[in-house]
Amino acid sequence: MNPYVPVLIMLFLAAATAAGMIAATTWIGPKKKFADKMEPFECGESPIVNPKQRFSVKFYLVALFFVIFDIETVFVYPWAVLFRELNWFGFVEMMIFIFILAVGLIYVWRRGALEWD
Amino acid sequence: MEQVMSSISLSAIAPELVLVACGLIVLMIQAVFGSRFRDSFAYVSLLGIGGAAFLVLTSPGAFESKIVEYSFCDMWVVDNFSRFFKLIFLIGTGLTLLISLRYLDNEAMQHSEYYALMLLCTVGMMVMASAAELITIFLGVELMSISLYALAGYTRSRMMSNEAAIKYFILGSFASGFLIYGIALIYGTTGTSQIPAIARYLAQAGAGAAVLVMGMALLIIGFGFKTASVPFHMWAPDVYEGAPAPVTGFMSAGPKAAAFAAFVRIFMEALPTLQTDWIMVIWLIAVLTMTVGNIIALVQENIKRMLAYSSIAHAGYVLVAFLAAGELGLTSILYYMLAYTFMNIGAFAVITMLAGAGETRVKVEDYRGVGYKHPVAALAMSLFLFSLAGIPPTGGFMGKFYIFSAAVKQGYIWLAIIGVLNSVVSVYYYLRVTVAMYMQAPEKDEDVPAASALSPALVVAIFISAYGVLSLGLFPSTYVAMVKESFLSFL
Amino acid sequence: METAWVIPALPFAGFLINGLWGRRLPKKFVGWIACGAMGLAFLAASRLLWILLQETPTGRFWEPVYYTWIRAGDFQVDVSFLIDPLSMVMILVVTGVGFLIHVYSIGYMHEDPGYPRYFAYLNLFASAMLLLVMANNLLVMFVGWEGVGLCSYLLIGFWYEKQSASDAGKKAFIVNRIGDFGFLLGIFLTFWTFGSLNFREIFEAALVRFPTGDAVVVGITLLLFVGAMGKSAQIPLYVWLPDAMEGPTPVSALIHAATMVTAGVYMVARCSVLYALAPFSMGFVAMIGCTTAVFAASIGLVQNDIKRVLAYSTVSQLGYMFLGCGVGAFVAGIFHLMTHAFFKALLFLGAGSVIHALSGEQDIQRMGGLRSKLPVTFATFVMGSLAIAGIFPFAGFFSKDEILFETLMSGHWVLYGLALGGAGLTAFYMFRLVFLTFFGESRMDPHAAHHVHEAPRTMAVPLMILAALSLTGGWVQIPGIEGGRVFGAFLDPVFHEASQLLGHHGGATHPPLWLEGALMGVSVAVALAGIFLAYGWYMKDPQRPVRAAQKFARAYRWLFHKYYVDEFYQATVVNPLKQAAESTHQWVDRRFIDGAVDGTGSAFRSLSAVVRRIQTGLVHHYALSVLAGACVLLLFVLAL
Repeated sequence: MNPYVPVLIMLFLAAATAAGMIAATTWIGPKKKFADKMEPFECGESPIVNPKQRFSVKFYLVALFFVIFDIETVFVYPWAVLFRELNWFGFVEMMIFIFILAVGLIYVWRRGALEWD
Repeated sequence: MEQVMSSISLSAIAPELVLVACGLIVLMIQAVFGSRFRDSFAYVSLLGIGGAAFLVLTSPGAFESKIVEYSFCDMWVVDNFSRFFKLIFLIGTGLTLLISLRYLDNEAMQHSEYYALMLLCTVGMMVMASAAELITIFLGVELMSISLYALAGYTRSRMMSNEAAIKYFILGSFASGFLIYGIALIYGTTGTSQIPAIARYLAQAGAGAAVLVMGMALLIIGFGFKTASVPFHMWAPDVYEGAPAPVTGFMSAGPKAAAFAAFVRIFMEALPTLQTDWIMVIWLIAVLTMTVGNIIALVQENIKRMLAYSSIAHAGYVLVAFLAAGELGLTSILYYMLAYTFMNIGAFAVITMLAGAGETRVKVEDYRGVGYKHPVAALAMSLFLFSLAGIPPTGGFMGKFYIFSAAVKQGYIWLAIIGVLNSVVSVYYYLRVTVAMYMQAPEKDEDVPAASALSPALVVAIFISAYGVLSLGLFPSTYVAMVKESFLSFL
Repeated sequence: METAWVIPALPFAGFLINGLWGRRLPKKFVGWIACGAMGLAFLAASRLLWILLQETPTGRFWEPVYYTWIRAGDFQVDVSFLIDPLSMVMILVVTGVGFLIHVYSIGYMHEDPGYPRYFAYLNLFASAMLLLVMANNLLVMFVGWEGVGLCSYLLIGFWYEKQSASDAGKKAFIVNRIGDFGFLLGIFLTFWTFGSLNFREIFEAALVRFPTGDAVVVGITLLLFVGAMGKSAQIPLYVWLPDAMEGPTPVSALIHAATMVTAGVYMVARCSVLYALAPFSMGFVAMIGCTTAVFAASIGLVQNDIKRVLAYSTVSQLGYMFLGCGVGAFVAGIFHLMTHAFFKALLFLGAGSVIHALSGEQDIQRMGGLRSKLPVTFATFVMGSLAIAGIFPFAGFFSKDEILFETLMSGHWVLYGLALGGAGLTAFYMFRLVFLTFFGESRMDPHAAHHVHEAPRTMAVPLMILAALSLTGGWVQIPGIEGGRVFGAFLDPVFHEASQLLGHHGGATHPPLWLEGALMGVSVAVALAGIFLAYGWYMKDPQRPVRAAQKFARAYRWLFHKYYVDEFYQATVVNPLKQAAESTHQWVDRRFIDGAVDGTGSAFRSLSAVVRRIQTGLVHHYALSVLAGACVLLLFVLAL
């Protein structure tokens, strides 16, 4: 059997699951339509505004921090799995990585990016 | 040629490590101590630049032997070519830092971020010069570009600066898309992203796959954008005009050189078999770039914008050298980028000095009478402009001389003729500034701009640049010997 | 000797400082900078001499190479110097006399508004002149050669608001260009023949490759001599030098008497080997030199402008130097060059002092009786005049006499006779000048007479030093005494090859001492005769010159109008050229070239105005442009 067939099956299943979930909510879920609900994203910003308006960057800052530490986990997971094989070398490398991230954290913290007001 | 392989080699990336460390230290100083040690930012950064330059120069075999050292699983290469470009970047960054000291004080923007961004940007450029693998090159491009986006908008209270940053960011991301897509297509065809491996594959399999050619074309677009070549140049004038003056000088020298470094390495080392496919395209781009850049520069009133177009034109000259390839062509690329770094940053040093708070004095007409009020600065400015125009005995002249003779030698007679005609046209707008400085009187004596950003550091930067321009013009043989040693490593 | 570069660098630094900031610096400081630079250069030169003297006579030859200027294939030009006794003499003259004249200028130019500009030019001149004499190849020499020409032009036209001054500057420049053209052709021919421009290499190759009298060497030497004729004001290119007197007097002293105009002589001496290989050129040089010496002296007899008399005298003395070189007596030529630098600088500075005292009066008809009012100037001027007339034991006696003696020894009887006659004329016109200026009744207009004052100390001291040098400068080369030829012994190694070629001083045929003594007697007698004649004409019987002028009206008119040479050039060269230029300008330039150039310019500008409109400033337009470019490019690549 072609080695790509399982991949295709996997792809199909994933697509079907996603489509099924959307379809299910459309059919089953209660529907209350009002303006805010109809917006594409609900993240505190209305997508269509006068461009001359000022907007707050705080959401984005927090979102960016989240992405950074999210990426950290992406690296830390495989490292943890291979921790024994990588030994001291892996440990030092990871500490350096975390240290650099920590520097970033200290920086944003001290520069006041985490203060909401 | 001798090849040394190793997996992890800290010494191979030592200069970059030093710069990253200094960038982080600068950030931490501000984060931990606040603005109390504000003066130290520049010193730490300059120390880092000096240290990195020292490491580049003293790394084993620097500018002596033809050792090519691969490391990190063939993703990283240290050879004289990359060393030479790293020196160009370090010189550019060092000079820019010297220029911006007082400027930042005047704009009340003396923050650590500026220095950290500069240093990280330099690291990005150095990665581009030393990477032997497409994804690593892309990583360098992004590190450099993202730092530049922020630097372009650094004077955040000025609308122009903001506009420049946003435009640069949007268009730059667009171009990065082309670049990464090109890399993907090349990887798809050859099955590897390592430059030597690609070359080996193509030597065996032969060129001609349409997908591969498309990947190459996309790379040309991506690098065309980064080097501001026509028709991918539109961002440059707006960004150069809006960005803070020292950053503009920096942007037009270092990152451009970095883009050329990666461009040359990919095309000369990985894709030489596709030469027939790219020669016509680059020929056309070179002609367009030289001509459009020079012609539009003629009518500019804003000196920063004028030099932006001039910078586009200069990218065109370098593309001529790129086409000429071979020993002479590559020599002239390296030589020209070095000369261009000195003369352009030197010119921007004078512009920075006279720009005044908020950069209000950047029109050509503002330079009337400068020749008498600031004789040394005017003399230096004239020198830099003469060099840009390619008038002997400056580095710009020798650079153009090498480029056009390389083109003629390779049979690109028409290209050389167009290039020479273009540099004749360019004399007009460069001389306009000199004429304004010496031969036109301002309405009132007070109209001559004051040297607001003058500082000892700026004077040092101007003198170093002037020395560079003159010594490149007067003692070309020393540099040529060094340059020759540099590209031989991968020819 | 590695540090020899500081000698030209010091005045250049002075030039930079005064040129850039001179207008803002206090006057005193400007003068200090300029003189200090020259003084230090002189000290450096003296130190260099000291080091040079430590070497054995044959080892006094250094070529410090500073860097390779041009390298193209086999062709290589270094910026490097040649330090040997010959260039050492020149360096000392340029820095020493130059320093004195700089100091003098402080007083002389004190009230001039262009004070800093003046000193900047003067320093630049010194620097270029030093480059010229220190060069070890023709190209670097040419750079210096052009540099001094430029400074000469700038300084002659220093008072550019005066029409005559700027005209004179132009004339000097243009006439020199003619000479330079020959010089440049000579350089090309040299390079073409030898493949090198380095003096040592040229001479070594020439000695091996060419027999005496080879046409190529004759060609090279003649072309180089054309350059010398222009720079050193020899017939037929001497016409610029008298006009050059429009410049400030210290400039005339430094550039148009002591240093720059002697560059031609130096060049001929430097290329002595080549000239020795070309007997025809030697003869030509000797002939031109001798003719110029007599010709210029005869014009000097009747001129009334104090500086013009001195100018013609300079032309004449330069002729003597060339005569010396032409008959193979290079040492004598250089020796005369040195002593002439002393006494002619002295005479010019003395004349400057007179002019300064008389508020700008230069006509000797309106001077007279200044002896008591300007005692220092008078005493020093008379010493200079005695020196130039060749009276024992002044410097001019030794040097001029050596030239005359060598001329006779080389068998040129006619030239000897002419030169001797010229020496008589020299004595006559110099003492005519002395008598009319310092003796007799005052003929000044009363207004000027009221202001007469002796020179300030900055001017008087250089005069005295130069006067002392004019007296003692010749004692370094005393003939007939064992060990008297110090100067000659110092220079001999330089001219060793040349003298061997010419068969001079073979050792066997040394002339008898009595002959030398007798000839000296003749020279002094002729000079004294000239002086007494001048005394008779201008002191005892002041009407006698007028009668003579009436009697020989035609001859007088020819002399007074300088043989109508200027008018001749004007009619045969300048006017036709001007006409040709005018018609070329009208037809070719205006209609054709200007049309094309202006057309190109305006076409580009309008094109530019159109193209810039594409740059809208809108990001989506830019992105569109990138996208369009990308599409075109992709289609193009895939279609190929």
